[in-house]
Amino acid sequence: MATDTSAPPEAPAAKRAPRSEGNVLNVFSQGFLWLWALMVIVPVAWIVVTSFKTSREIATDPLGLPAAPHWENYVNAWTNGNIGSFFLNTLFVMVFSVTGTMLLGSMAAYVLARYEFVGNRLLYFGFAAGMMFPVFLALFPLFKTLSNVSLLNTYTGLILVYIAYSLPFTVFFLTAFFRTLPSGVAEAAVVDGAGHYRLFFQVMLPMAKPGLIAITIFNIIGQWNQFLLPLVLLSRNPDDAVISQGLANLAMRQGYEGDAGALFAGTVLAMVPIFVAYVIFQRQIQAGLTAGAIK
Amino acid sequence: MRHGRYPFILSFLVLPVGLYAWLVILPFAQAFQISLTDWSGSSNSFEYIGFDNYVNLFKDERFVLPALRHTGIILLVMPLVTIALGLFFAFMLNLGGRVRRGRIEGVRGARFHKIVFFFPQVLSVAIVGILWKQVYAPENFGGLITGALKAVGLPAPANGFLADTRFVLAAVIGVLVWSAVGFYLVYFSSAMASIPRDLYEAAIIDGAGRGPMFFKITLPLLWDSVQTAWIYLSIIALDVFVLVYLMTPEQGGPDASSEVVGGVIWKYAFKHGEQAFASAIGVVLFFAALSLAVVSLRVGRRERIEF
Repeated sequence: MATDTSAPPEAPAAKRAPRSEGNVLNVFSQGFLWLWALMVIVPVAWIVVTSFKTSREIATDPLGLPAAPHWENYVNAWTNGNIGSFFLNTLFVMVFSVTGTMLLGSMAAYVLARYEFVGNRLLYFGFAAGMMFPVFLALFPLFKTLSNVSLLNTYTGLILVYIAYSLPFTVFFLTAFFRTLPSGVAEAAVVDGAGHYRLFFQVMLPMAKPGLIAITIFNIIGQWNQFLLPLVLLSRNPDDAVISQGLANLAMRQGYEGDAGALFAGTVLAMVPIFVAYVIFQRQIQAGLTAGAIK
Repeated sequence: MRHGRYPFILSFLVLPVGLYAWLVILPFAQAFQISLTDWSGSSNSFEYIGFDNYVNLFKDERFVLPALRHTGIILLVMPLVTIALGLFFAFMLNLGGRVRRGRIEGVRGARFHKIVFFFPQVLSVAIVGILWKQVYAPENFGGLITGALKAVGLPAPANGFLADTRFVLAAVIGVLVWSAVGFYLVYFSSAMASIPRDLYEAAIIDGAGRGPMFFKITLPLLWDSVQTAWIYLSIIALDVFVLVYLMTPEQGGPDASSEVVGGVIWKYAFKHGEQAFASAIGVVLFFAALSLAVVSLRVGRRERIEF
């Protein structure tokens, strides 16, 4: 647009220029934003519609609507596909792994953030460096380690591995968070005779709540989505699978049995609780996940 | 408060540090050691063979070389496209609206767009893989894109996009970008929100358009965020495998045209029983990630602008 070299009396004319430019741009930006929004909505909505079709309809009429909703897909996904039990398996693992991650992570982070001792920096960098390690490198030694102590193909083993691999980020993030907490309150508590343990559990943890919530959400989503670790460490009994693994197995089987409808029904079933939780907690989830990235 | 200090520190560190050392540090250290042997993984006998695995690695034209090439392409393209789109959309959301009384507004429905864009981020990668595999599927399997192309009378690859050596890698990168853009939109958007509005209002008075505003004000002030995003996305790019595993034929095909480094490590370790060789590839990946982080922290450092 033209640069404004006009004298003050002509200022209103100059002001009109950016306004019209703003209008054009507004349409332009709305256009692009909607285009991307549709790129997200269309595939997701399409798979929901597809999950109500018969296998014949899926193959022959990808763009059409089902003649009648084929609920059988959902029955098949639930009974033959075991989606329900995969959910419970995942839930069981995560109750322990997320709790464990948060407990161990906040303990380590608290000590690293607020106590001076020899080796403090070394431990801190040791944890932080773990964020960069490509998991692939450790897969096989990890597999051997667990098999040596008979924890391979057990939930206990998977839970311990989830905790260990969630620690780097959790410690890194929470250390920064504990450092920002005011020391005045802590000193007051000490004057009142609180010991180290009471200080942590009754004073510092409650004060760190926003940080703890953010990183808990981060870990819940991360561990819920985990695929590679269960693929390698929990592969013996398909009934034990966690949700992402169970869906992938269903997808593999679908290749042989050709029941595409059940696969998509299972996918939608796995998507629904995430969708509901996301819509309710989207503000916290967005804050939690992006807080993770902002150092 | 002085007494019991060290017992306390010890009691809080022993579990996390112990678990971390046992299940993270030790396996990584072992992988380095294994990479110097000829261990298959199944027997207990092995010999140290020096750097032979590393030499052979660069002769493996069937898997490793294509994988290095493809991971390299993903590493170059994926972060760039994701960051560009994320910045573009964030700018549009925050400053793409009309000018009213000298103030720039964001577009309407910014909240809605954020919710929609971000949604793929919370979907598990298994769901994303199954979803997009069907979107890319061949016409006779009811693919969305092939079906749509046919409906408007355009040609589509006969076996779908994922079974076509020309499209498969681009198709995977597309899904990676699709799931990541929302996250970086929200990330950049909150960084943009902390830039004082006066700067833009001053720019309007000076008659600057949105283009110069973006390149002269927004981008320089977001440089730190962009750099962080770039490191995160690069690490994600190096670790791409699960989508390839879930979507592509032969978990890296057809004809190794979507083979990636992570996938090759997994194949050699758990399918071909060549542990030592797999570990050597892993070590290369490790140093790639390490040098990437170092380089980006060194080169990317610009003068920080306080605001």
